[in-house]
Amino acid sequence: MIVLGVVTIKLCVFWLDGEGARAVPLSGHVGFDSMPDQLVNKSVNHGFCFNILCVGETGLGKSTLMDTLFNTKFEGESTQHNQPGVQLKSNTYELQESNVRLKLNVVNTVGFGDQINKEDSYKSIVEFIDAQFEAYLQEELKIKRTLHSYHDTRIHACLYFIAPTGHSLKSLDLVTMKKLDSKVNIIPIIAKSDAISKSELAKFKIKITSELVSNGVQIYQFPTDDETVAEINSTMNGHLPFAVVGSTEEVKIGNKMVRARQYPWGTVQVENENHCDFVKLREMLIRVNMEDLREQTHTRHYELYRRCKLEEMGFKDTDPDSKPFSLQETYEAKRNEFMGELQKKEEEMRQMFVQRVKEKEGELKEAEKELHEKFDRLKKLHQDEKKKLEDKKKALDDELNSFKQKKTAAELLQAQTQQAGSSSTLKKDKERKK
Amino acid sequence: MADVGKTPVARNEKTNSEFGYVGIDAILEQMRRKAMKQGFEFNIMVVGQSGLGKSTLMNTLFKSKVSRRSLMTTEEDRIPKTIEIKSISHDIEEKGVRMKLTVIDTPGFGDQINNENCWQPIMKFINAQYEQYLQEEINIERKKRIPDSRVHCCIYFIPPTGHCLRPIDIEFMRHLSKVVNIVPVIAKADTLTLEERDFFKQKIRADLRANEIDVYPQKEFDEDAEDRIVNEKIREMIPFAVVGSDQEYQVNGKRLLGRKTRWGTVEVENTAHCEFAYLRDLLIRTHMQNIKDITSSIHYEMYRVRRLNENNTQPNGQTAIHANSVPEHEVLSHEM
Repeated sequence: MIVLGVVTIKLCVFWLDGEGARAVPLSGHVGFDSMPDQLVNKSVNHGFCFNILCVGETGLGKSTLMDTLFNTKFEGESTQHNQPGVQLKSNTYELQESNVRLKLNVVNTVGFGDQINKEDSYKSIVEFIDAQFEAYLQEELKIKRTLHSYHDTRIHACLYFIAPTGHSLKSLDLVTMKKLDSKVNIIPIIAKSDAISKSELAKFKIKITSELVSNGVQIYQFPTDDETVAEINSTMNGHLPFAVVGSTEEVKIGNKMVRARQYPWGTVQVENENHCDFVKLREMLIRVNMEDLREQTHTRHYELYRRCKLEEMGFKDTDPDSKPFSLQETYEAKRNEFMGELQKKEEEMRQMFVQRVKEKEGELKEAEKELHEKFDRLKKLHQDEKKKLEDKKKALDDELNSFKQKKTAAELLQAQTQQAGSSSTLKKDKERKK
Repeated sequence: MADVGKTPVARNEKTNSEFGYVGIDAILEQMRRKAMKQGFEFNIMVVGQSGLGKSTLMNTLFKSKVSRRSLMTTEEDRIPKTIEIKSISHDIEEKGVRMKLTVIDTPGFGDQINNENCWQPIMKFINAQYEQYLQEEINIERKKRIPDSRVHCCIYFIPPTGHCLRPIDIEFMRHLSKVVNIVPVIAKADTLTLEERDFFKQKIRADLRANEIDVYPQKEFDEDAEDRIVNEKIREMIPFAVVGSDQEYQVNGKRLLGRKTRWGTVEVENTAHCEFAYLRDLLIRTHMQNIKDITSSIHYEMYRVRRLNENNTQPNGQTAIHANSVPEHEVLSHEM
């Protein structure tokens, strides 16, 4: 490929406002003020997704609060208290309001706080959150990826339900929140707060906030950098943790039906700001800061996870000389390392194999030798025995022969004697006759 | 809070008329706020022989002196001997919406006697921007917002010969339409009569089809039926016959941008005179976000796939891609 044109890339920048671009006044209406609308339209067509994780002991009203917040009845039965470990159950719902479609994912911790030994309770929660980050990271690292149509399951907000004891945080709460604060946006809420009186509630909130601060737990702060919402967010920051009451039952107050909990001594109205902080929670969580929660999850928590994971895998941005690694170098270095290890392992295995074979060979040879020796010995023994037997046989044969000879001699003698005897008897007879 | 008539639809439908409003649609307002705070970026490249009115068109489009020529005070106005690529950024603001506009000029294109491979330096520049973005994206410590210098849109200026596309035009558009969104325009269209213009456009469209050149809006990226209807209308008008001007004249009591000649004044924003308004609406008012999306989710992704595959190719030419298209280092992570 012969390049005939020489490339001169010049960048003319005017450093007037630090961003490398100069501010230019417009002499007429251009029309790019429609960009936010174009962006919003694209998102509306795409749909939104929001994932909430509810952490809290069984029976604190997590499901009821979700029902109340999103104005629906989510499916599911209430859970038992005898779970062996903490499990996370997630349910996805499609909600729609005017032209906004929301894919809401509610994850519940089942069995949290029910075990006798709660040391490992937080682990399954952390694992679940990490698994969602991992799935996103895998998708991002793929070669052929579809990020824009990826169904985001990362947890955007974690509602931590604090039991309304009125005193202080339980140690399980502190430990769990400490483990979660660098992975997810934590919004602590006091559940079933109609169990606490107003004065106790104020003291409880102060105690909780001071405990969180003294233990270094970073809870989610509503952002105060945008002037439109800075004021309301900073006020709400002061009301944390929110004391909420959830209810899906309606009670008639005056001439309106409101959601409330009815007691013999009075009725707690969910949406009455004097009774509980439910309205504040809904305002902050959904109506003002949903987008910020999603953004913080992506730009802070996910980035932190990604950084740690990639560093764990051995990737670096700069080598010891602070020169940036190129992607290719890193990949190749990694691959070479891997191949090298493979080869080493192969070598080791081969050597071990050769060694074993040698040993076995030696053993077999030994055995063979022994067998030979034994054989020789036996053979010799056998020969000796044979010889002995032959000797014996010979001796016996000799004896037999000599016996035979004696027998024949004896017979002969007997025959001679008989003859002589008969002749002598004859002679005797003759004598008598005479 | 007591908004009536907004009922969410869940799996178990339960309509509460009085407290039915949850407030999910407030996210649109939140997104808008975030977008206004962050501002937008747009990078537009102009390609064409010198003298076709590129700088004037840029100035007319963005109603301010954004072109390179307007900023040159001491530089001589000469045609460079080789293709240069000059990029200038501007911060413009309209009704609270801030935009960082970068105009990338390519003086020297098509001006040499031998214009072979004239598209190469430009292709190299575009790929260099993709590379820069990719490098930033794969960093371990990366910025919250990766600065986007990728070329979103390339406006190609066709001289108003009235006949058909020249070989240099076809060569350039054939190569570049694969890596960037190309918007072809007929420059200095006030030299063509309406019939000549229509004939020219038909010829150009036939030439583009014959050479399988896909210009913006590309047929294959239409998302749904609605999109297709809107985009078909645009595709029937391509290439836009434009006239640029930054001079205002008095016409019928109003001050309008135009070109004044002895036989009349060509009004730039009059759709009966030229198609500048359509081009502006397409580029800025309706499809700007779509142009950026196609650049980032299709052209950039294609570059990324090519680049990452290059890395995994071993010296003897074997590719080490696994069946699920996961790059090799992923395998390393599980096996180490």
